[in-house]
Amino acid sequence: MLTKNNEKLYNFLVPILSIVLGFIFGAILMLFFGYNPILAYQAMFNGVLANPFFFGEAMRQATVLTFTGLGFAIAFKAGFFNIGVAGQVLVGWVTSIWVALAFPDLPRILLLTLSLTAALLVGAVWAGIAGVLRAYFGTNEVIVTIMLNYIALYLTNYLIRNVISTGGNTTERVGPNASLRVDWLTQLTQGSRLNAGLFIAIIVVALYWVFMTQTTAGFEVRAVGLNRFASTYAGMSAPRNIILSMFLSGALAGLGGAIHGLGTFGNIFTQSGLPGVGFNGIAVALLGLGNPVGIFFSAILFGVLDVGSGFLPNRAGVPDEMAEIVIAAIIFFVGANYLIRFLFEKVKTKKTATEGGE
Amino acid sequence: MSETNKVIEMKGITKKFGNFKANDNIHLDLKKGEIHALLGENGAGKSTLMNILSGLLEPTEGEIWVNGEKVSISSPDVANQLGIGMVHQHFMLVDKFTVTENIILGKEKHKFGFMDQATSQKDVKELSDQYGLRVDPKARISDISVGMQQRAEILKTLYRGADILIFDEPTGVLTPQEIEELMEIMNALVKEGKSIILITHKLDEIKKVADRCTVIRRGKSIDTVDVATTSQQELADMMVGRSVSFKVDKKPADPKEPVLEIKNLTVKEARGYDAVKAIDLDVKAGEILGIAGVDGNGQSELIQAITGLTKVDSGSIKLDGKDITNKKPRKITETGLGHIPEDRQRYGLVLQMKLEENMSLQTYYQKPFSNHGFLNHKEIKEHAKQLIEEFDVRTSSEENTASSLSGGNQQKAIIAREIYRNPALLIAAQPTRGLDVGAIEYIHKRLIEQRDHGKGVLLMSYELDEVMNVSDRIAVMYDGNIIAIVNADETNEKELGLLMAGVPLEKAHEQVTETEGKERETVANEK
Amino acid sequence: MDIIRLMQLIVSSSLTFAAPLILTAIGGTFSERGGVVNIGLEGIMVMGAFMSAIFNIQFVGTFGTMTPWVGMLAGGVIGLLFSIIHAVATVNLRADHIVSGTVINLAAPALAVFLTRALFGAAQTGPLPRAFGRTNIFLLHRIPVIGPIFFRNTSGPAFFGILVAIISWFILFKTRFGLRLRSVGENPHAAETLGIKVYTMKYAGVLISGFLGGMGGAIQSQAIHNEFGILTVAGQGFIAMAAMIFGKWNPLGAMGAAIFFGFAQSLARVGNSIPVIQDIPGVWLQILPYLLTILVLVGVIGRAEAPAAIGKTYIKSK
Repeated sequence: MLTKNNEKLYNFLVPILSIVLGFIFGAILMLFFGYNPILAYQAMFNGVLANPFFFGEAMRQATVLTFTGLGFAIAFKAGFFNIGVAGQVLVGWVTSIWVALAFPDLPRILLLTLSLTAALLVGAVWAGIAGVLRAYFGTNEVIVTIMLNYIALYLTNYLIRNVISTGGNTTERVGPNASLRVDWLTQLTQGSRLNAGLFIAIIVVALYWVFMTQTTAGFEVRAVGLNRFASTYAGMSAPRNIILSMFLSGALAGLGGAIHGLGTFGNIFTQSGLPGVGFNGIAVALLGLGNPVGIFFSAILFGVLDVGSGFLPNRAGVPDEMAEIVIAAIIFFVGANYLIRFLFEKVKTKKTATEGGE
Repeated sequence: MSETNKVIEMKGITKKFGNFKANDNIHLDLKKGEIHALLGENGAGKSTLMNILSGLLEPTEGEIWVNGEKVSISSPDVANQLGIGMVHQHFMLVDKFTVTENIILGKEKHKFGFMDQATSQKDVKELSDQYGLRVDPKARISDISVGMQQRAEILKTLYRGADILIFDEPTGVLTPQEIEELMEIMNALVKEGKSIILITHKLDEIKKVADRCTVIRRGKSIDTVDVATTSQQELADMMVGRSVSFKVDKKPADPKEPVLEIKNLTVKEARGYDAVKAIDLDVKAGEILGIAGVDGNGQSELIQAITGLTKVDSGSIKLDGKDITNKKPRKITETGLGHIPEDRQRYGLVLQMKLEENMSLQTYYQKPFSNHGFLNHKEIKEHAKQLIEEFDVRTSSEENTASSLSGGNQQKAIIAREIYRNPALLIAAQPTRGLDVGAIEYIHKRLIEQRDHGKGVLLMSYELDEVMNVSDRIAVMYDGNIIAIVNADETNEKELGLLMAGVPLEKAHEQVTETEGKERETVANEK
Repeated sequence: MDIIRLMQLIVSSSLTFAAPLILTAIGGTFSERGGVVNIGLEGIMVMGAFMSAIFNIQFVGTFGTMTPWVGMLAGGVIGLLFSIIHAVATVNLRADHIVSGTVINLAAPALAVFLTRALFGAAQTGPLPRAFGRTNIFLLHRIPVIGPIFFRNTSGPAFFGILVAIISWFILFKTRFGLRLRSVGENPHAAETLGIKVYTMKYAGVLISGFLGGMGGAIQSQAIHNEFGILTVAGQGFIAMAAMIFGKWNPLGAMGAAIFFGFAQSLARVGNSIPVIQDIPGVWLQILPYLLTILVLVGVIGRAEAPAAIGKTYIKSK
């Protein structure tokens, strides 16, 4: 059927065109301020793609973004806007380091499992709070998760200063038993911090797909997210699914935080703001349209942008915030995809009109 | 002379939405001081035509003449200026505003932008006195009766100086007595020099008040006739394009043991007052019990209590001999309940999901549709295909989203899903709302079939015709009570109308015999 | 410390922290009364804070003591301009209100810091030459007892906010514009049939919210932080949204709620000079405003007072 094909076409067209439009918008902005956009984009992409180290770093960033993107997406599917991904990353991060430092002598496999599981659970509970409040009190989840972000920020900083370390602004580094680094990956990428988290991410992408499309639980989450009323009529429990999806969302974000901790940094230090991977995870999910493979690829794109932005000041003289602006512009066009559909329909009707003309 | 007599002429109106012609070369003229009925089935294009006249839509082709001048009605503002006002089917009122605020909105009296509430209220009061449209200018819309809301809606058009009033299906939500009152108001308005277009699909209303009637079918205008010289049957034939039987064919019922037993049931409404007040009700296997009543008298809450969607406050409900009071919806469904919900798009289907997924919306967790928590897509698809075939759901593929189906086919899909599970009790709430005659006949047939298979059917409808024709027994709800239960073949529209307005059974019975006697007299006198 | 001095300290610091919230919460009220959810107010505050800081540094020579007030207007104007993005996206392009707001919240800090770097070569502006400081409220500060506590040495912007709240209440509930704006947020279809320009009204609501939110951000940078940086706004826009809900979409209620949140935030700053409170660990006082926001939202059960058509895209019938 025609409409069905169109829908498939749009699912492909919207993200691609959004990316193109986002880059064009960034270029216009740079031109306006007297920067050279071609130089800037070249700097970003060449910088990352031509160098194994920086490509490794981009993939490392993409790993964490995959987790936060999937985390945001699963709640979004259930009709829930989890802006709190950043806070859930942070609590996962601090938990993983705390556990790793508390049991330094456990065997590697045990300690990693323990640390990751603990981070996953704490992230799940942190997000679950907002799920429970929404399910039973109808509390606006957008504001609750944002408030939980700031609580996470101050609590984490407090823990770092007063509990995990003694007065300093950073914790000790975790031992090799708790590290996700893998030698061959490090060597392959000439010393980047790319780690085994990447493989966990790929497994989770697959699991996410299985959960959403192949299980009865995923069926419920999708149904409740699309139409809470009809799902309740059909005997599903909306509160249960809201809480479940929020729980899973926080679990994925918490796991992302742990991979940030045990893979990227090996420690945690006091933060002045919430981790950007949280908010960019929202962008990744919106661009990937909730499809796990799409999310993985958008995570790579944003990972490249993120790491590539480091080349902007030196090689092109452009402030590195430019990358963030491009990301925001891309998501603007994804959100306003009606524009793309509208223009596309216009072009198509014009075409058929001229083709069909007498 | 006759030309100037026409306040509105619509000539060759065509309105396309994409490739679909909602209106196709329609002609309509309205004479000064007449009530002109616009008759057509749901989806025939009546509303589109009137939206064009009231400036909400622009026609693709065609001309509109008002008072002998060609006009272009590009916005509601222009329609207002031309003296055209619409009384909408779904009242266009802001619930949180007062009657006065709703009436003056868009045409407020103000000083430097500040509203003059006192004068406005006085104006509304004067206007309502002038036309005999009782309203309380200071009351909030959410606090007043449906009848008063409608009067406020009429006043809105009069406040804007409308001379041409369009009533869009105005009687759907009213009791027969309120309908009577509305008819008087319409006659009074015509006496004051207003002209009225009455959109309806109810033939008896047309016979009662209209002077002429234009019939449209599938977007085309079929004919304009004098109502006095045309019979109801002729109008109906023109409307649907073939002869329709008004009566539903069915054998007498053969009721057996009760499948639904409700004892002393009280249900509280969301705001905390009793919506259903200590009622008793049985539905037997092999019968259709109809629930009649005006919208908002506890019918929805009753059904929600039976299906487990609302908490029961006190009393008990038994389904197929098992207690289901305050059980979860899933448990009740499993006990043997099928439910065709009132608002099919909101409650019956997940529109963005595939049709095949919707077909297993309640059974996806059971074998063979899933195993140990994993879906069996093959079985789900087979099941959907089978239902689509058996219940004649028109769609190109079971993988289409439910939203791509027409309203009638969406309803067929729900009915297929519910009946296929072969439940002991089938609840059908407003099952034919918004559907065309063909679909209505089909659905009525299926309900009766279900009865003949020895199942119980509970039919709730605000359409009195439907309840009377399909049911075996009729329970009338008024103000949360079941005011009477009557046999369908021993009652009539008038008696049910009085019951729906809260008149007790004996009195209703008396009044009906009395007025029937009087009518016979007047008819005799006229002759 | 005597009781009057203590009261004075609590009141004035509460008002200082409340001022940005009052204006922004009222901004949110206008937007949501017109049916548009604007969580982008956080980003709009960032832009307002940025603009006013730049303005303050550039024009202190021209405007002297009036600089922060004119800077506030400049912040309002940039907020208004920025809110056009949200209006276009939600009204014309049918974007999800939350997604569009999120875009603004992603873009604003990046853009503001980008521009700060382009102009100053650093991520912060550095200290502003002329902040709001403390003022006495004309004549009122001479009233015995009440005067010193509420009107002496206090926050000028807060009293400006209170004035805006009162005016906004009149606009929303007593004027033609207010009636029309509210009708659009409740039942846009009905409004359209009465000839009200639904899109224009929605634009008006969003743009007013942008103007007020921008001014709120300007107060944040010029009265509280005295500079602009990435952390200047840090969640104040979201707290303002909570104040709006707590205040039941009524400008006076929003003002009251904003003052309450201002009080909660001020405790982290002045708590160490207040008996009892000074014994509570600092981390709790830092968390308190956010925790209170959640508790308040849980307490205000149901959104019965919220405009009926909030967050929904309205598609004109033509």
